[in-house]
Amino acid sequence: MIKVLYFARLREDIGTDEEDLPLPKSGMTIAELKADLRARGEGYAQAFEKGRMVQVAINQARASVDDIITDGDEVAFFPPFTGG
Amino acid sequence: MIRIQTGPFDLGTELAALKASRTDIGALVSFTGAVRDHTAGRDVAQLTLEHYPGMTEKALADIEADAIKRFDLTASLIVHRIGPLRPGEDIVLVIAAAAHRDAAFDGARFMIDTLKTDAPFWKKESGSSGEDWVAARAEDDAARARWR
Repeated sequence: MIKVLYFARLREDIGTDEEDLPLPKSGMTIAELKADLRARGEGYAQAFEKGRMVQVAINQARASVDDIITDGDEVAFFPPFTGG
Repeated sequence: MIRIQTGPFDLGTELAALKASRTDIGALVSFTGAVRDHTAGRDVAQLTLEHYPGMTEKALADIEADAIKRFDLTASLIVHRIGPLRPGEDIVLVIAAAAHRDAAFDGARFMIDTLKTDAPFWKKESGSSGEDWVAARAEDDAARARWR
């Protein structure tokens, strides 16, 4: 299982801030997970719409779309940071 | 030292605490970010700060450690508030202390420029024309890039 977290506008589009999902296949990349999530429903499609800036972290460290996800990972999707 | 909190902070209290810890400090520079009552022609009645618990603390601690190493800071502090804030309220405090002022000014600037793009916070504004998530600014990326 992986824990997937959604922040800010993504959380609002999808309707949840967190969910546990079975890892669809081992050796999966972030890009492949995004494609999987996009297909889950309208809110997901809106959140991950092409052209929207969505960034990712794996186990609380910034990651990129080519990075591989391992079972037990915490994956977070979010817009660019706007703190400070 | 880094803190994330919902309640307000007081600059005088924080400066006194930093100075009390060391007597080899020759310069202290602070930056305070506050909530404005307007943005791009819209009024802002409330600003809500969201963050990623766990990752936020790590990000701020890393930024502070980088600043201390790079500018040879004697002491430093980052305080960032979360939750709903009103215009006029403080959002963030950065203090850099060093032997001399060049390092203190640069250290403070580096920390605020870096936390704006590297620390997981998100702002949502609400006002008379509704609610909207604040968009990341190219100017902030440019400010961050200057330190690379």
